[in-house]
Amino acid sequence: MQEILLVLLNGLVYGLLLFMLSSGLTLIVGMMGVLNFAHASFYMLGAYFAYTISVGIGFWPALVIAPLLVGVLGVVVERYGLRAVHRNGKLAELLFTVGLAFIIGEVVPLIWGRTAVPYRVPAALDFPAFTLGGINYQAYRLFMMAVSVAIFAGLYAALARTRLGLVIRAALTHPEMVAMLGHNVPRVFTLVFGAGCALAGLAGVIGGNVFTTTPGMAEALGAIVFAVVIMGGLGSIPGALIASLAIGFIQTASVTLDAPLGAVLGRIGLPLDPHGALGQLTIAHAAPAVPYLMLVLLLALNPRGLMGARAD
Amino acid sequence: MKFTKAVVLGTVAAGALFAGPATTARADETVRIAYIDPMSGPFASTGRLGEQHFRFAIDRVNAAHAAGNRTFELVVMDNEVSPEKSLTMFRKAVDDGIHYITQGNGSSVAFALSDATAKNNRRDPNHAVLYLNYAAVDPALTNEKCNWWHFRFDADSDMKMKALADDIVASPNIHKVYVFNQDYSFGQSVEKAAVAMIGGKRADLEIVGTERVPLGKVTDFTPYIAKMRAAGADAVVTGAWGTDLTLLVKAAADTGFPATFFTYYLGARETVQAVGMAGKGDAQISEWHENVDAPEIDRMAAEFKAKYNENFYYWRVVNMIDTLAAAMKKIDSADPLKVGQALAGMKFQTPLGAEEIRADNHQLLQPMYVSVLAPDMPHMFPGVPLGFKTIKRFDAEETRLPTTCAMKAPG
Repeated sequence: MQEILLVLLNGLVYGLLLFMLSSGLTLIVGMMGVLNFAHASFYMLGAYFAYTISVGIGFWPALVIAPLLVGVLGVVVERYGLRAVHRNGKLAELLFTVGLAFIIGEVVPLIWGRTAVPYRVPAALDFPAFTLGGINYQAYRLFMMAVSVAIFAGLYAALARTRLGLVIRAALTHPEMVAMLGHNVPRVFTLVFGAGCALAGLAGVIGGNVFTTTPGMAEALGAIVFAVVIMGGLGSIPGALIASLAIGFIQTASVTLDAPLGAVLGRIGLPLDPHGALGQLTIAHAAPAVPYLMLVLLLALNPRGLMGARAD
Repeated sequence: MKFTKAVVLGTVAAGALFAGPATTARADETVRIAYIDPMSGPFASTGRLGEQHFRFAIDRVNAAHAAGNRTFELVVMDNEVSPEKSLTMFRKAVDDGIHYITQGNGSSVAFALSDATAKNNRRDPNHAVLYLNYAAVDPALTNEKCNWWHFRFDADSDMKMKALADDIVASPNIHKVYVFNQDYSFGQSVEKAAVAMIGGKRADLEIVGTERVPLGKVTDFTPYIAKMRAAGADAVVTGAWGTDLTLLVKAAADTGFPATFFTYYLGARETVQAVGMAGKGDAQISEWHENVDAPEIDRMAAEFKAKYNENFYYWRVVNMIDTLAAAMKKIDSADPLKVGQALAGMKFQTPLGAEEIRADNHQLLQPMYVSVLAPDMPHMFPGVPLGFKTIKRFDAEETRLPTTCAMKAPG
């Protein structure tokens, strides 16, 4: 019983973390149709900005200022970069963001050095909040979960319940019509891109000290956020949340299963040599590959993802 | 004095005049050493750190005329940690008439270079190359895939595991050991060695679990810590390095998991800085650390820091270059075959104790230290008030392991 509770709790923590990391990307991919490969780089910038600011004036101001700075940077990138390549189509946009990721990846070590910076969890939240099965849960982790839930609620409300959300969604599918109704469509896109980058920055502020703030952090994040966004369905905030939690629960549960893959497959009628390399493999061993396996399976069955409205 | 100098000068003049074969000792002979390691790409910082240590070691040898009338010169070659690129660089070094190469990052690169060295020297003994390995630790390099022209100055991963295992077996408080590694050749060999050297070595000591994770793919290690906790582990043995090691140790500290981590690579400055206070009490195995009582190396470390503004890390690079110089001075030759013969079986003293290069597989035996991160040490890491404290020292001889090497001496 306690073991199940542990898996559920660890899965929830990890799932909400994944949602926080991917929320900005799902906004940009879903509402603008731009596959932003520089997303993880904005995440990294958020962490480095937060480190520099927290050294000067503390963590709490950094929590507000760093995402805003990253958001402003995002606005500038969209207004003077992405908008110019937009007319050349999706491939040009994609290549632009790939280039941007390289540039940020080279500039960061020039400013902050190639090794990790000592960005630490604020002392006010660095204590065990509760203990379950001998595992302490740090208060900062709960704070992280709370922020993640707040991001979900805020995004969902803004997109589904406000006039601005209506315009954003309309601008995605019918830009000319929205423009003719008197809305400034390019400005809407700039706003969305800025907000998406700010969310990436926020994830960096909060994730950078739990994990590590190094020039390699963008690369380490890379693939998993795309898996979340695609699984959730392009542009669906609830879909991204469900995908994050599903990955969290299933991956965490797989880690605890030491049953050999050979025996499991044997039971469902797929005999595998129990002494071969694959037969010796345990489910726990394959855990980190589970999200990608889920992604492939889901796309094969339903190319739109869990709750996606768009198939492109 | 004046007489000897005149004789030497006379010999040089005669040598130059008759332009005979270079068998007579020439004054101011330059020995070039090709340093083949990553200078670009994700591992560039490691390669640069190594380069600084080599420049430092070579400057010392040249200033002290430790290699007799020879001066060392470093030739830096970028291999991007790729075996293919390394072979190109090897060819270039041979074509440039270089007889000494050194490399350390990546055992896959080391296998390629060792193989290339053996082939080259068999085909073209006049352009023989000696390969000095300062950090590639796959045991096979001095066992089943050994090669007479390869000399290793770092303890191999099995020797390091033996030291860690001896310490664990001798610690009465450790009963349940968990083995955790990254899933590639090095992690697999660490796991194999750990299971063989720890399991069943004491009645109340057992391996309660082994786990391997893909390199750099796991974000949250909490579920793994929960698993170790459930298994009742009080010690974790790991060959993990870089971000994986950092996140693992941090997750253990955040969740209040009290087991001691026995590591290979906790000592890298960037790892300690990223781990912070979470690393307190965790152990590493190394041939030296800043708090080893050796004033001579302390002075070296201070000098290095003043010169490059980096912490001194590779004592073994200095040790290797010093040993090479001593061998050349002793036989008064820079001929790679003769130098190799002099190095094989060579016994010498360093500030850390007696050392020996094994004649049977060309592996250096040197003292090893198991140390833990502790507060209030004389030398601590910048920004992290922790420093390594020796808990067990092994004499060079204690690290000797049986070898399967069956190499053939040239000639």
